[in-house]
Amino acid sequence: MATETVNVYIMGKRYTVPAGLTIMKAMEYAGYRFIRGCGCRGGFCGACGTVYRLPGDYRLKVGLACQTVVVDGMHLTQIPFFPANKATYDISELQPTLGVLLAHYPELSRCLGCNTCTKVCPQELEVMDIMAAAMRGDIEKVANMSFDCLMCGLCAARCPAEIVQYNIFILARRLYGRYLVPEAEHLRQRLAEIEEGRFDQELDRLTALDRESLVALYNARDIEP
Amino acid sequence: MADAGYSQSMLESMRIVEQTRPRRMEEAFPRLEPEEKQQLLEQFHPDYRKDTTRQLRVGPNAGDRMPHELVDLLEARSRLDPESFQIEPWDYQTDVLVIGGGGAGSSAALTAAEAGVRVLLVTKLRLGDANTMMAQGGIQAADKPNDSPAIHYLDVMGGGGFVNDPVLVRALVRDAPFIIRWLEELGCMFTKEPDGTMITIHGGGTSRKRMHFARDYTGAEIMRTLRDEVRNRGLEVIEYSPAVELVLDDAGRCCGAVLWNLETGEYLTVQAKAVILATGGFGRLHVAGFPTTNHYGATADGLVMAYRAGASLRFLESTQFHPTGVAYPEQIVGLLVTEKVRGLGAQLVNARGEQFVYPLETRDAVSAAIIRECTHRGLGVTTPTGMQGVWLDSPMIDLIHGEGTIQRELPAMYRQYQRFGIDMSKHPILVYPTLHYQNGGVRIDEYGRTEVPGLYVAGETSGGVHGRNRLMGNSLLDILVFGRRAGRAAAEEVGSVRLGKPTLEHVRAYHRLLDEAGIETDRVSPMLLPDYLGKGARRS
Ligand SMILES: Cc1cc2nc3c(=O)[nH]c(=O)nc-3n(C[C@H](O)[C@H](O)[C@H](O)COP(=O)(O)OP(=O)(O)OC[C@H]3O[C@@H](n4cnc5c(N)ncnc54)[C@H](O)[C@@H]3O)c2cc1C
Ligand code: FES
Repeated sequence: MATETVNVYIMGKRYTVPAGLTIMKAMEYAGYRFIRGCGCRGGFCGACGTVYRLPGDYRLKVGLACQTVVVDGMHLTQIPFFPANKATYDISELQPTLGVLLAHYPELSRCLGCNTCTKVCPQELEVMDIMAAAMRGDIEKVANMSFDCLMCGLCAARCPAEIVQYNIFILARRLYGRYLVPEAEHLRQRLAEIEEGRFDQELDRLTALDRESLVALYNARDIEP
Repeated sequence: MADAGYSQSMLESMRIVEQTRPRRMEEAFPRLEPEEKQQLLEQFHPDYRKDTTRQLRVGPNAGDRMPHELVDLLEARSRLDPESFQIEPWDYQTDVLVIGGGGAGSSAALTAAEAGVRVLLVTKLRLGDANTMMAQGGIQAADKPNDSPAIHYLDVMGGGGFVNDPVLVRALVRDAPFIIRWLEELGCMFTKEPDGTMITIHGGGTSRKRMHFARDYTGAEIMRTLRDEVRNRGLEVIEYSPAVELVLDDAGRCCGAVLWNLETGEYLTVQAKAVILATGGFGRLHVAGFPTTNHYGATADGLVMAYRAGASLRFLESTQFHPTGVAYPEQIVGLLVTEKVRGLGAQLVNARGEQFVYPLETRDAVSAAIIRECTHRGLGVTTPTGMQGVWLDSPMIDLIHGEGTIQRELPAMYRQYQRFGIDMSKHPILVYPTLHYQNGGVRIDEYGRTEVPGLYVAGETSGGVHGRNRLMGNSLLDILVFGRRAGRAAAEEVGSVRLGKPTLEHVRAYHRLLDEAGIETDRVSPMLLPDYLGKGARRS
């Protein structure tokens, strides 16, 4: 309930905050003004990775500060920045192959299969299985299974093989989107039509139209069911 | 359910919702007649209420009504003292300075760099911490055989109340298919049929199914791809360094900006031959006290800086509220509950389990009806922290379409509630309107040029293309269309630019205007970051 309070330890210091707040709001309640570690505030951007430990537990847990509720006795700190390796590439010059993944991230093959990454993922992705697919060069599977990744970096922070899973995943998704998904024929046609100037006259006419005629046209639109 | 911490009165009301559900399943609520709708809006929509806006007293838009929270920032003083601030020596020099690391800024930077000029991108938080990252629904483009840019044009104009800038709308709809192609070439994964055909659906106000999407993470997919590309291209990016003022030269041309390093508190100056402002919207101003769907950095900084530099603003009298923001649980108040929930059949009901509005009225009307129910009629539901809301009867979805529909069709929504112990397929969810989108902004032409030479604006900071009301799916489109256009135009221009002596004379002049209007304030702007110290409640 709103009137209850809990004690939380932010970087070792104790603060009493209302129960039920997210870690993010609890820190603000305690007087922190975020510069780092706060982006969308809604579980989409991955800016707010946090490490915490609960009373009576020796294990470190991780979560998103904007999506995790404080618990009495929680010890926590944020990891607002992680100096992870990112390969650079020209996506238009690659092939969707295992070789390309390995050339950019040779450490990929060092995965120990320890499953730590899966256990920490705040999106509950099967990170280790996605890594296994990457090691087989199954780009399609990596792309589809990793799609909900927020790139918060918590997996990389805990990986004993020092792999940056989320950067490998985005390379795979971009390879998949660019090379493995068939082109949309209707899009190709439409681009050709526009380039031929097929719609120019009609658009010119509409742009010059007075309000009344425009409203009439609008109201007469047929609507696709 | 105990976990979710409902109050006794909420639980009682939920029971009534459950009891009335079988009856309501048979019941259709009538649509509003045009006059009824107009009355509802005038009485209850925040845009129409006289107490939520006031007239701006200074600058090119003096006399226009805008939300108090925005006027407060426009009628504030610069963070810099123009008398003593030293612009030179410059800390950075570049050809094109892009301010803002969302979708508009990133696409502008990439496009300018493609043209071979030097680019510097500066942003307030991390690259990609932006509203663009949060968009779920989709992006419009007329690329199906039964559709055309002309039909798209009509939809945009109608949605915006026929006051949109025709030249901008023309550019928007014409470029749209090229933007989809560009994104695909960069490797964005749109949701498609096995043969490559785009799966497209309707959005509010579309006459053709032209909403392209990438599951329910469309904005995230676009933003993370653009961010990856910015890094691949090796563009120089400075994070955590918001711009606080533009710099003009003695001929009135925009020639750079002053940044503020959030971490060290030092000012940095950047000289540029052209500046592209892409700082996004103003959700974090909490207009009229509303919670918001927007990211932490959406504080109208671009409007303030451009206005001081002499650019004019438009359509800021209208603000887009999304009717269904989360009202409970507290932890996620203000976040978006997508329109699709109503689209799939969930009704809006008050504390007594009665429907009070046809669920798929336009966004402004549904918002007004919910506000009326809570404030005027006293039939809202009160949460333990004193927030009001009405029920969105989500369990109806599985009853109508079969068990498992919610989990299959709305995974991000389901996850959002499940994290806080609420199963939205079993229990109704409490909603209240939330501040969603800044419809208006800085006046631009079809290349993103403003009235200030050398200053371009792209994305949510600009105004005109959506008139008074943006349709879903046209904003992700707009930021990329005008981001690309501004990037290209700025790059083309830099070759011929001769910069004069840099000054903050425009800031001095603006301060004089404030004095002359008798505005005495120690408020400074841009706001940069909202202040939630000691609050921890009510705001998402
Ligand atoms: C929850 C949500 C859902 C949405 N869904 C959809 C949808 O389905 N379809 C659709 O078309 N649109 C949708 N929108 C709207 C759309 O996402 C935004 O309008 C659009 O992404 C804005 O892009 P932008 O680049 O202009 O601004 P942003 O993406 O917000 O980027 C602005 C950037 O500028 C930075 N910045 C701010 N101030 C400064 C400063 N002083 N100096 C330097 N940098 C600064 C910010 O930190 C940010 O990085 C949605 C919006 C939200 C919030
Ligand atoms: S702040 Fe974006 S995920 Fe938490």
